Amino acid sequence: MALRSAILKKALCRSSVAGARSMSLWRNVDPAPKDPILGVTEAYLADPSPDKVNVGVGAYRNDNGKPVVLECVRAAERRIAGNLNMEYLPMGGSVKMVEETLKLAYGENSEFIKDKRIAAVQSLSGTGACRLFADFQKRFCPDSQIYIPVPTWANHHNIWRDAQLPQRTFHYYHPESRGLDFAGLMDDIKNAPNGSFFLLHACAHNPTGVDPSEEQWREISYQFKVKGHFAFFDMAYQGFASGDPERDAKAIRIFLEDGHLIGVAQSYAKNMGLYGQRVGCLSVLCEDEKQAVAVKSQLQQLARPMYSNPPVHGALIVSTILGDPDLKNMWLKEVKGMADRIIGMRTALRENLEKLGSPLSWEHITKQHDALILSNRLACSATVG
Amino acid sequence: MRPRSTSPLAHSSSPLPPPFSSSSPTDRRLNTLVRHLLVENSSSVMDSISASPTSAFHGDSVFAHIVRAPEDPILGVTVAYNKDPSPVKLNLGVGAYRTEEGKPLVLNVVRRAEQQLVNDVSRVKEYLPIVGLADFNKLSAKLILGADSPAIQENRVTTVQCLSGTGSLRVGGEFLARHYHERTIYIPQPTWGNHTKVFTLSGLSVKTYQYYDPATRGLNFQGLLEDLGSAPSGAIVLLHACAHNPTGVDPTLEQWEQIRQLIRSKALLPFFDSAYQGFASGSLDADAQPVRLFAADGGECLIAQSYAKNMGLYGERVGALSIVCKTADVASRVESQLKLVIRPMYSNPPIHGASIVAIILKDRDLYNEWTIELKAMADRIISMRQQLFDALRARGTPGDWSHIIKQIGMFTFTGLNAEQVAFMTKEYHIYMTSDGRISMAGLSSKTVPHLVDAIHAAVTRVV
Repeated sequence: MALRSAILKKALCRSSVAGARSMSLWRNVDPAPKDPILGVTEAYLADPSPDKVNVGVGAYRNDNGKPVVLECVRAAERRIAGNLNMEYLPMGGSVKMVEETLKLAYGENSEFIKDKRIAAVQSLSGTGACRLFADFQKRFCPDSQIYIPVPTWANHHNIWRDAQLPQRTFHYYHPESRGLDFAGLMDDIKNAPNGSFFLLHACAHNPTGVDPSEEQWREISYQFKVKGHFAFFDMAYQGFASGDPERDAKAIRIFLEDGHLIGVAQSYAKNMGLYGQRVGCLSVLCEDEKQAVAVKSQLQQLARPMYSNPPVHGALIVSTILGDPDLKNMWLKEVKGMADRIIGMRTALRENLEKLGSPLSWEHITKQHDALILSNRLACSATVG
Repeated sequence: MRPRSTSPLAHSSSPLPPPFSSSSPTDRRLNTLVRHLLVENSSSVMDSISASPTSAFHGDSVFAHIVRAPEDPILGVTVAYNKDPSPVKLNLGVGAYRTEEGKPLVLNVVRRAEQQLVNDVSRVKEYLPIVGLADFNKLSAKLILGADSPAIQENRVTTVQCLSGTGSLRVGGEFLARHYHERTIYIPQPTWGNHTKVFTLSGLSVKTYQYYDPATRGLNFQGLLEDLGSAPSGAIVLLHACAHNPTGVDPTLEQWEQIRQLIRSKALLPFFDSAYQGFASGSLDADAQPVRLFAADGGECLIAQSYAKNMGLYGERVGALSIVCKTADVASRVESQLKLVIRPMYSNPPIHGASIVAIILKDRDLYNEWTIELKAMADRIISMRQQLFDALRARGTPGDWSHIIKQIGMFTFTGLNAEQVAFMTKEYHIYMTSDGRISMAGLSSKTVPHLVDAIHAAVTRVV
């Protein structure tokens, strides 16, 4: 003890050793800009006004403006707490959770699941799934690039940039109609070099809320086949868009029927309200089981030096709910409830704006899907009754 | 029968094959049809496609060229262990604590914190900030640096919650690759198997410095000083804060002081990996001394902390990266840049494990109880070391086994070679990494005799 304090004292008195340099190694580090989305919440929290409204970050709120923990989640947590250990998951995450998650995207009785053709790993929500895929794409198709819709979730650009893949954009949103620029989209698909990688939002496009119709998805899928493009679906809102998870997976199912070998990022942040638990899944449909085993092993090789293995708690909640028919039904009802409330909000917002006599057109609010509305005309002075 | 797509990018580096180069859409469709028909009728084409009774022709995947990666050397040990049906099998591979009964352990304080979380209906699962849970970050910094640390009091430390030790190392590595003028990191020889991959993928180049001396099974202190002494000024140096993994060999405090002087005199940047605080000696403060020595001299450093072992939170992935800076302003700018690394990786860290840690560290009683449970784990491991050593001596197994009780922490570097290890796995169902590392936590009084048999046989029959 005496020796320890003697050494510490010596170290403290040391002013001649270069350790006590006057200049920081980080003196040239610039302050980074605030995240455009999460920064909004930071600013909101700092605002003292009683009238403040946060319509920034995409997290569900009930009618009192409060975050919601689903009943099925509470029930699952009560079952889990005190009963299980916290050992490391395998690098690929919870097998049970991944199995249940694949059923949601690919179909309860999917032949691809039966044939074990899907390479799938638990991921850190949707962000983690996209990043893992981007790193994987870079490693194994190093000369490829990614086509990203305009606009898209801001973090998509960061993810593929940090994976060091060049980005291109494709037309998506049509500001004049506040709908889909289908012609521009199809042109871009046709003009992209064969075999390009495309990022597609499976449903409830973020930030526009504008989705292709079923017919349009079929045309997109056909053109993808012609061009040999690779489709990577980011599905962050399954169940949230229409209230029906099967319906929200339609685009993916169309691509599967047409024989595409797709990639999918799934997230439980919104549809199970598990935001901070960081639960998701990355899957890549392969030619056969052998290839799926190889691809999965390589995905694990990318996860290991990033976080070793994914967090267990959120995965346990998911597999507890989806593995129990009663809890699963409870979940399906609650997801529909959330989706319905949002659809109700769209209607209410549109009606109120129209009632206030706004000269602008607000029909896109109810035409667009899901929680997000792209409205360049939503003036700060507009108030919702 | 379903049509399958054909991707011209079956082999990513090859140019576009003929069917898709310059033909019209009609030609392309005809070509696709032809390929389907060819597949149906031609056995030679079928040979080149993986056989699957339920499948028709599959389009070539853009990932068709991918080969299966080798098993992770450490986690692969558990995979092999799980497959073994033998009733006497012993898993001494991965560093996860086991009780005397060979069971995983969830600490009492953790269970109580969990209950608090579950019973608190006001708790939500919202996104944490990018940097994680604020309380957790503050308390973690205090834990490693000491509550009275001047660096903390002067706001010179930025701490961000990360995914356990691995995540903290990766975020730190990425930050360094982007913002630090030196891109080389020196890691000890040997070190945890994942260090090289973490830093390489971060964008750093990895070199080694001498550390372990196989002859003495102790520290090669002269070699260490030589190698760090000849490192370029400013290079990053990875230091295991305590309980070196895999060797269990730690410098003495006097040696740490010499290391510190050398590092500071050469303006090398220390990056601590602290995965076993409290686990090594049983005392949280004692195990933090090397880190505190460096923080106390006013210089800068990085610290990766993990709660996987010392709080038994393995799978919850709880950890923190702290960067001790010269000034508060620098610390604030550094934090803003750390966010830019994290956001495109996973946006924000998982809430559950950090919430448990924060509850325990905040509460006087829970904290004290934790230190008692932690000491009990460390003591059991120390007792296993003693038992193994005594048993090998009693058996008369050739060799000097005193390193077993000299080394510290969860692992013992036995000195057994890869052939001996393979022999022990095959004949005695002992699972361990091929570098001769055993996890003492995986041993119990009941299983020591079996391990001694295996070591004795390996040492006498396999050279």
